[in-house]
Amino acid sequence: MSAAPAVAARDAVARAEAEPLIRAEGVSVAYGKAQPVLSGIDFEIRPGEIVTVVGPNGSGKSTFLRAVLGMVGASAGRVWRAPKLRVGYVPQRLHLDPNLPLTVARFLRLLQPLPDAEVLSLLARVGVPGLEGRSMGTLSGGQFQRVLLAQALAGRPQILVLDEPTQGLDQSGIAAFYRLIEAVRREIGCAVLSVSHDLHVVMSASDRVICLNGHICCQGTPHVVSNAPEYRALFGLGTQGALALYQHNHDHNHEHGPGDDHLSDHGQSPTHSHEGGHDR
Amino acid sequence: MIVDDFILRAALAGLMVALAAGPLGCFVVWRRMAYFGDATAHAAILGVALALAFSVSVFLGTLITALVMAAVVSTLAGRGWAMDTTLGVLAHSALALGLVAVSFLPGVRVDLTVYLFGDILTVSRNDLVVIGLGAAMVLGLMVWRWRFLLAATISEDLAQSAGVNPARERMVLVLALAITVAVALKVVGALLIAAMLIIPAAAARAYARSPELMAALAVTLGAAAVLAGLGLSLQFDTPAGPSIVAAASAFFVGSVGGAGIWRLVRRG
Ligand SMILES: Nc1ncnc2c1ncn2[C@@H]1O[C@H](COP(=O)(O)OP(=O)(O)O)[C@@H](O)[C@H]1O
Ligand SMILES: [Mg+2]
Repeated sequence: MSAAPAVAARDAVARAEAEPLIRAEGVSVAYGKAQPVLSGIDFEIRPGEIVTVVGPNGSGKSTFLRAVLGMVGASAGRVWRAPKLRVGYVPQRLHLDPNLPLTVARFLRLLQPLPDAEVLSLLARVGVPGLEGRSMGTLSGGQFQRVLLAQALAGRPQILVLDEPTQGLDQSGIAAFYRLIEAVRREIGCAVLSVSHDLHVVMSASDRVICLNGHICCQGTPHVVSNAPEYRALFGLGTQGALALYQHNHDHNHEHGPGDDHLSDHGQSPTHSHEGGHDR
Repeated sequence: MIVDDFILRAALAGLMVALAAGPLGCFVVWRRMAYFGDATAHAAILGVALALAFSVSVFLGTLITALVMAAVVSTLAGRGWAMDTTLGVLAHSALALGLVAVSFLPGVRVDLTVYLFGDILTVSRNDLVVIGLGAAMVLGLMVWRWRFLLAATISEDLAQSAGVNPARERMVLVLALAITVAVALKVVGALLIAAMLIIPAAAARAYARSPELMAALAVTLGAAAVLAGLGLSLQFDTPAGPSIVAAASAFFVGSVGGAGIWRLVRRG
């Protein structure tokens, strides 16, 4: 435990020195001739960083991800991505036509060839071993999301981009899913850019939270954002209770040391950092 | 047994169409483009009229109108028009307009049933070369783009995240569809081309565990339908194109029924 702050500090220095993986400057996005959905977005993410985007429905979160990945063009500003950036992407929606026969193993091989052993180990890694022969159409919601995550990991990404990856999961499923993402991230060291409404769950794990509503309302550490008036105005006051509730569950699941303060924000101080609590 | 030349040519033409229609038909099914296929095929009649009016080859005429139709549909879809209505309007308008236009052509009276239902028994050596080249192009496109087409079909978002351009893959499919319509016109006719795309693929679905297997099975079933339909046509003097499609339909019914029985048996 005692080494954790030093490691975290060293990591932070290394990140600040690294070139960003993605940088956006003054980006606006409009669909057709309509009013821009996003405007004036400045953003960057560095190797290993965890950034979470929150915002109400229709606030442009998915569009933000699509814009920084270059899947939708910017009507103003510019987006820069590291050359040959390997992206693992979990889209918000993935509808499979029942007439398309597709096993889980074949789905993991959709974007790149993958040896059998790798398919098995990826599925085991995301907690759904043995599904390789199953048809994608027969998976439960939780299994499906984990297989999507495995697919995103298959290309050995430098950055994971997750668009509401916990939709359709129940409360404990959501917490477990985020723990999985954090564990995977620690192993492979990729950056994580995710979108969520599950504010209370995500916030604790993030280096930085971006609160979005057509533009960036506020951003910063989870603690700063959850106390920002812009954030409170957007999400109301109820979220503070949810935040505390989740952290209680979370600490409980992970058996933090007796000195832990249940009401503290994980991202706020290095001594209570998430990574410190999990490492062993 | 001595097989007449014209029967051999007919069988070859049909088999080549089945070879192209199998994998393409799978994408038509997976992407729910059945109506799109119909609209493109119906536009071929307008292409026939234009080809005859300007004395260019019917193949070229149908290829170009099919491409124009596909472009119009894609543009309207991009502007948010309701697709089933738009396609219904365009498909039947093109068909009707083509039929009216043909009747205005001076000189030779054109036998429209040839274009509506195909005339596989009169396929010439030249036709065979054109059909072969067209089918080879479609099959080549399918094999070359398979990975990308499949990724874009399963999720445009995922495909895009890996650098695949879904719009380009859509264009590939549209091009393949237009070529298929142009070569299949002589074989099954404008009214039944979509059937040759959809029915073998649908019949293959129940037995396929992977997309590739489904395409291969669709080719096999399509080829079997061509041979069975031709045999039927020679035996009972029925029109060849509709006989082929009828045989494919019988396979479909058999496939669905067989799959149902298989499930029952397995359950005990
Ligand atoms: N492909 C599209 N064409 C037109 N409008 C779109 C498209 N995608 C999203 N929008 C609009 O952009 C706005 C933001 O959408 P989105 O980025 O999906 O928001 P969020 O993910 O935060 O719910 C919404 O008003 C939505 O209707
Ligand atoms: Mg969204």
